[in-house]
Amino acid sequence: MQKRSEILKTYKLFINGQFPRSESGHYFQLLSPKTKKPIANVARGSRKDLRDAVGAARKALPGWSSKTAYNRGQILYRMAEVLEGRKEELIAEMVKMTGATPKKAEQEVTSCIDRLVWYAGWSDKYQQIFGTVNPVAAPYFNFTLPEPVGVVGIIVSDELPLVPLVSKLAPAILAGNTVVMLASEKYPLSAITFAEMIATSDVPAGVVNILTGIKKELIAHLAKHMDVNSVNYTGSDPEILKMLQEEGAANVKRIIAHDYPKGDEWLNNERAQSPYWIHSFVEMKTTWHPIGI
Amino acid sequence: MTLDISQTTVDQVGIEERAASLAKRSIKKETKINGIKLAMSMIDLTTLEGKDSAGKVEAMCQKAIHPLDPSTELRVNGHVPSVAAVCVYPNMVAVAKKALAGTHVKVASVATGFPSGLTPLPIKIEETKRVVDMGADEVDMVIDRGAFLSGEFKKVANEIAKVKEACGLAHLKVILETGELETYDNVRKASWLAMQAGADFIKTSTGKAAVSATPGVTLVMLEAIRDFWYKTGKRIGMKPAGGIRTSKQAMHYLVLVKETLGDAWLSPDWFRFGASTLTNDLLMQLVKESTGRYQSLDYFTVD
Repeated sequence: MQKRSEILKTYKLFINGQFPRSESGHYFQLLSPKTKKPIANVARGSRKDLRDAVGAARKALPGWSSKTAYNRGQILYRMAEVLEGRKEELIAEMVKMTGATPKKAEQEVTSCIDRLVWYAGWSDKYQQIFGTVNPVAAPYFNFTLPEPVGVVGIIVSDELPLVPLVSKLAPAILAGNTVVMLASEKYPLSAITFAEMIATSDVPAGVVNILTGIKKELIAHLAKHMDVNSVNYTGSDPEILKMLQEEGAANVKRIIAHDYPKGDEWLNNERAQSPYWIHSFVEMKTTWHPIGI
Repeated sequence: MTLDISQTTVDQVGIEERAASLAKRSIKKETKINGIKLAMSMIDLTTLEGKDSAGKVEAMCQKAIHPLDPSTELRVNGHVPSVAAVCVYPNMVAVAKKALAGTHVKVASVATGFPSGLTPLPIKIEETKRVVDMGADEVDMVIDRGAFLSGEFKKVANEIAKVKEACGLAHLKVILETGELETYDNVRKASWLAMQAGADFIKTSTGKAAVSATPGVTLVMLEAIRDFWYKTGKRIGMKPAGGIRTSKQAMHYLVLVKETLGDAWLSPDWFRFGASTLTNDLLMQLVKESTGRYQSLDYFTVD
C-alpha cells in the first residue's frame, strides 16, 4: 500500500471572527526544530490585512466596550473553559513546534488557562482599585474612572509560544478594548490554534484579531494607523521603539513598551500577571460634577 | 406624447457578470487621487431624514463647499473640489440656498411626495413649483411605482411630463426606486419611459427602500441612456443613490460610466452620486494617499 503523506495545515489569519488567507497570498513554512522539515504553512500577513484587522477592531469597539464588566469577565472565563477542554491539542502542537517536553508545554498551557480565570475575576474590580474620588476645594463631586483606550495594537513577545499572547490579550480585552495582535514570528501556530478556540468562546467578531507573519513588515503600519489608539510592545529593539514613538505621534498614540518578562518569567505569576497590566490598557477620565446647588 | 415601451429584455446573468468584471480594475496612486477628486465633485451631498434641522443643513452646506478643512487640505497636495449639489427636503431648500449663496454648489430638492410618490398629481405639481420658487436648481422626483407595476405606463409618463413642465429651468432627476421594480427588465423599461417623458437625469433610488443602487442596476440604466442617445441624440444624466459608501465602490461606478458612455459622461453635469457617508471615505483615502497613514473617522467631521 502507498504510504500516507501527512497534510500540512495552513494556519490562516484571524480577522473579524473569520480565518482569511493573507490578502497578499503570501505564506511561509515553519520548520520543525528537530527534523528541519516543514510542519505547517503560515499566512504572512500584509499591510492590507492589518488595515482590515484594524477596521474590524474599530467596528467591534462600541459593542464590546459597552458590555457590562460582569459580562466581559464571563466571556474571559468561557475562553478558559474552552481552552481547558482542548489543551491536549495545544500541548501536542507546542511540542511539535518548539521541541519542548510535553511536561513543559503542559505547564505553559495550564498557566494560560489560569491566567484567563485570574483576569476574569478582575473584570468588575479594577475600577475600584484604579478609580478615585478626589478631594477638591470647590463644591464638586470629583471622581476619576478608568475607560478603555480603544483599538490597541499588541506586538507579542517571542519568548514563549502562547503565554505572552494570553498575558497581554486578557487584560486588554477585559478593560473593554479591541485588539490587533502581531503574533510571535517564531511560534505562530499556537496563536492561531488559540484563535480557533476564541472563535468558539462567545468573544464577538472583531474584538480579537491576530496576524501572523514578519513583524517588521507590519509594525510600521500599525504605528502609523490613525485608527489605532495605543500600541503595546514587549521587547527592547531600539529601532522599533524609535519608530513607535515617532509614527505614533501623529495621533498621539499611547505607546507602552517594556522589555520584561523574559523566558520562563512569563510563567511566573509574580512577574507576568498583575492588575497593573490592566492599567496599561485604560485611560483615566476625571469628571467634575456640581453639588449643593 | 407617443410612448415607446417595447424595450429589449435584459440578460440578468450577463449584466451582473459584466458589472462585476468591471469592479476588478486596480486603480492606484495618481489615477486614484484623480478619481477620488472627480467623485467628490460629483456628489449630491444628501440629508433626507425626519430629524433634519436648519442647523444640520447649514453644517452640511459648509461641508459641501469645503469638504476638507483648509489646514488639512494643505497636507493633501492640492485642492479638494466642492461637491456638485446638496440634496434636501423641500422645507430645507431656503436654508440651503442661503448657506450656499455665492458658490457653485447647487441645491437639489426632493419633491412629488418623496419617498413614496403616492400623492395626487396636482399636489406633486404644486410641490415642484414651490421648491423651484424657493430656489431649488434641481428637482428629484419619484415615480409612482404602484402605477408602474400595474402597467399604467401612460399615467407614470404623464406625471413625469407634468412635473418637468412645473420645473421650468430647474433640472429634473427622476427616481425610479429600482429596489421596488423587481426585475432588470422593469428597470430598463422605466428608464426608457422616464427619458421619453422629459427627465434630465435618471436616478436609481430614494435611499429609503431595502435595496438601493447596485452596480447591476446602474449598468442597466447606463445602457438605456446610451441606447436612448443613439436613438434620439439626446443626452441624459445618471445618478446612482444609496449604499455607495466607500471610495472603492465609487471608483467602480466611474469605471461603469467610462466603459458604457465614455469620457463625455464623466462630469458632474452628467453623472452624480447620491451619498452622504461617501464624502468622508473619499477624504480619508485622499489624506491616506498623501500621508501614507490609514485614516480614522475620529478625525473627520460627523455629518
